Amino acid sequence: MSEPVKKTGAEVGSVTGIYNEHIEWTTNLGDKTIHAKRAPGRFRTLKYITESFWLIFFFGAYLRWNGKQALLLDVNNRQFHFFNLTILPQDIWMVSLLLLLLAMTLFAVTSVASRVFCGYFCFQTSWVDLFTWIEEKIEGNPNKRHKLDAAPMSAEKFRLKATKHLIWIVISVFTGISFTIWFEDAFVYWHDLTSFHLSMMEMVTLAAFTVGTYVLAGFMREQACLWLCPYARIQAVMADSQTILPAYDLLRGEPRGKLRHAGKVVEQQGDCIDCFQCVQVCPTGVDIRDGQQLGCITCGLCLDACDSVMDKIGRPRGLIRYASLDELEGRPVHKLYQHPRTWVYIGIIILALGGIIYGLAHLGSLTLRVAPERQPLFVRMSDGSIQNKYTFKVLNKTDKDLNVKVSAEGGVKGQIIVDADKTQLVHHGKAAGFTVFVKAPGENVLEEATKVEFRVENVDNPAMAAEYSTVFNGPKR
Amino acid sequence: MSDNHNSAGGVPTTGHLWDDDLADYINQPPKWWMLGLTASALWVVIYWIMYPAIPLAINGTYFKGFGLPGSGQWTAIKELAADQAELDAVRQPYEDKIKTMTPAAILADDKLSEYVTRSGKVLFSDNCAACHGQNGVGTIQAGKFAVREQGLMAPVLLDDDWLYGGKIDTLYETIANGRQGMMVAHKDSLTAQQIDDVAKYVKAMSDAGKAAADGDAAVAAGKKVFAESDCTACHGADAKGIQAMGSANLTDKIWRFDGSLEGIKQTITYGVNSGDANARVAIMPVWLKKDEQGHVVSKLDETAIKKLAVYVYKFGGGQKEDVAAAPVAAPAEAAPAPEAK
Repeated sequence: MSEPVKKTGAEVGSVTGIYNEHIEWTTNLGDKTIHAKRAPGRFRTLKYITESFWLIFFFGAYLRWNGKQALLLDVNNRQFHFFNLTILPQDIWMVSLLLLLLAMTLFAVTSVASRVFCGYFCFQTSWVDLFTWIEEKIEGNPNKRHKLDAAPMSAEKFRLKATKHLIWIVISVFTGISFTIWFEDAFVYWHDLTSFHLSMMEMVTLAAFTVGTYVLAGFMREQACLWLCPYARIQAVMADSQTILPAYDLLRGEPRGKLRHAGKVVEQQGDCIDCFQCVQVCPTGVDIRDGQQLGCITCGLCLDACDSVMDKIGRPRGLIRYASLDELEGRPVHKLYQHPRTWVYIGIIILALGGIIYGLAHLGSLTLRVAPERQPLFVRMSDGSIQNKYTFKVLNKTDKDLNVKVSAEGGVKGQIIVDADKTQLVHHGKAAGFTVFVKAPGENVLEEATKVEFRVENVDNPAMAAEYSTVFNGPKR
Repeated sequence: MSDNHNSAGGVPTTGHLWDDDLADYINQPPKWWMLGLTASALWVVIYWIMYPAIPLAINGTYFKGFGLPGSGQWTAIKELAADQAELDAVRQPYEDKIKTMTPAAILADDKLSEYVTRSGKVLFSDNCAACHGQNGVGTIQAGKFAVREQGLMAPVLLDDDWLYGGKIDTLYETIANGRQGMMVAHKDSLTAQQIDDVAKYVKAMSDAGKAAADGDAAVAAGKKVFAESDCTACHGADAKGIQAMGSANLTDKIWRFDGSLEGIKQTITYGVNSGDANARVAIMPVWLKKDEQGHVVSKLDETAIKKLAVYVYKFGGGQKEDVAAAPVAAPAEAAPAPEAK
């Protein structure tokens, strides 16, 4: 990305120093396509493994469970299915905890090992990796690709380019389809797709994701990381001097230079032989030897490249390695657990996880809300009894229609629920509203408000029930 | 589109000088900007005519604007009408059903009665709440009103005490045809002492129950007056009233008018709708009027009244067809058994 920064002692760290350095900065504006070399190695293998996480994205939605899609975010019907579990909008508070959990996991991992997400999991990284892999299979290694790009259009160039773009577009379309089928039945969607019966919304989603994938992974590539992605910008505040990240060991490497000069091994030189392998394998085209920088997605590919070179020249591995700033600058290195910030993140993760587990364990199958009538609070009947009116809202979270019965505990002595035997039908996934009258002998109503707990229970399975506490209103005493 | 007039150095000035060296640059906005401004000004005029901002009388009628091709001539009132049509389309199937059904059938249909409860609320608030109170809670008139006007202006509709009956068809009939209470004035037929006695007896019947009042020596004089004068002719020997006549049940806890001793005496002395200047007024208007051809000329039509009947029935006091009244099943431990109606 740039030449090594020549630091002139006195100015480093001062405001003028920054602006003096600025002259040496180069900015990747995407005017030159980066064709990174694919070198084998530990981190390359690790990256293939972590990226295959996205296979779930492509194939997870086809999983069936009890004749229905196992994982379905049914936004249209406001129901979210995870195997046997159905989550309705009333339980959506758990999503905020889930988002918190995900964010804190990201923070915690980043505070320990820098941009692990960027380097190994991010969809942009993964899709670009897939697209460039295809590019390499079709157009050859980076040198050939550079030459092909520069060559005038010919039948051969057109054939290669057309093949590549066609495959890219097919992958993009599949990405769009795979995204959509998480939100509706996968097989129904495929049927609609193949018979050209997609709704406007479905077509727009498919088109947006196809174009988005094709443009972002095919053309934008590292530009998305540099200029689009907000996470790339905020990662600086999540990493500190204890965070390990792919780093160039400046003390060991400098002064860099060719291994041999005029046929002789040059003495008094650092381990870096200035072979530029680390730059050539970098998917974002940075020079790691400039230190940690915005463009570095910490994918570790330069470690593989450098290690293989070190092996060849007989020097120890790890000129570029996962190291913290403390380690590189010779300060005492803290243990991994001596990192309070990470512990705070982990604490929040545990709280969020606890909340989600509590929520999932207490989903229930019925929920009940009871609103006592506000005007009037009570009615005096002809025989002197007091009648209260309640509006019941019963939510059925199961996937079957239920008949429920109302009963009450506590309240006024001798109270009766009018038409208590009557069952109410509650459709699955819906909230039913009905009115319930409760009458009590006037002389037994001793307080202005008597606590009463209502219960609705499934007629066929009394264990399936929900309670709600409210009051029975009476006249002032 | 335009040259940069802001190049350093060579910007012309207006030629005026203030305070020796203050000059004014001639710094034109870019041409594209000026064109945009001019185009906007032109569009204002076009839009003003098309909208139309001012109705122009053309060809003897108001000019309604041009409207964009294919868009028709938008007006707020048309949009409102379109929205209402959309709403009506949702309601139509329900309304069509209600038109052909009896109030009892509507009540029996869970879905329809739910629908009617919602539209009935609007009808009730518009037409009934003025006298019966919002939600049928009744309107109580006190202190500042004349004695004859004190008490309930119109009956509470939430309880199970009905002068003319609480069955669904009776409710419909009451709303459609109206009701007029009738009680003669007793100021000439009974002495002040007799009125005082009978008022005490009637109040005791309500407070403690008829059996207790009959056994109470303190109101024995009133009991005698009640049995021997014309009271029983309308209220019945058991004092429970006759719904066909609309006479009140005197043994329950619900008072149509003022339930205090003074209030009861007022009612007995001057009657209800008796023609006396001090008589109580109890008139339920007729809500369904038809002309000779059978067209509805009243504010409410049959459908609206059906809705209201169901709505009022569901207040909590409605009486089922087969049961005369729905008394509280007196719990065993409850002290004196409440008076059954």
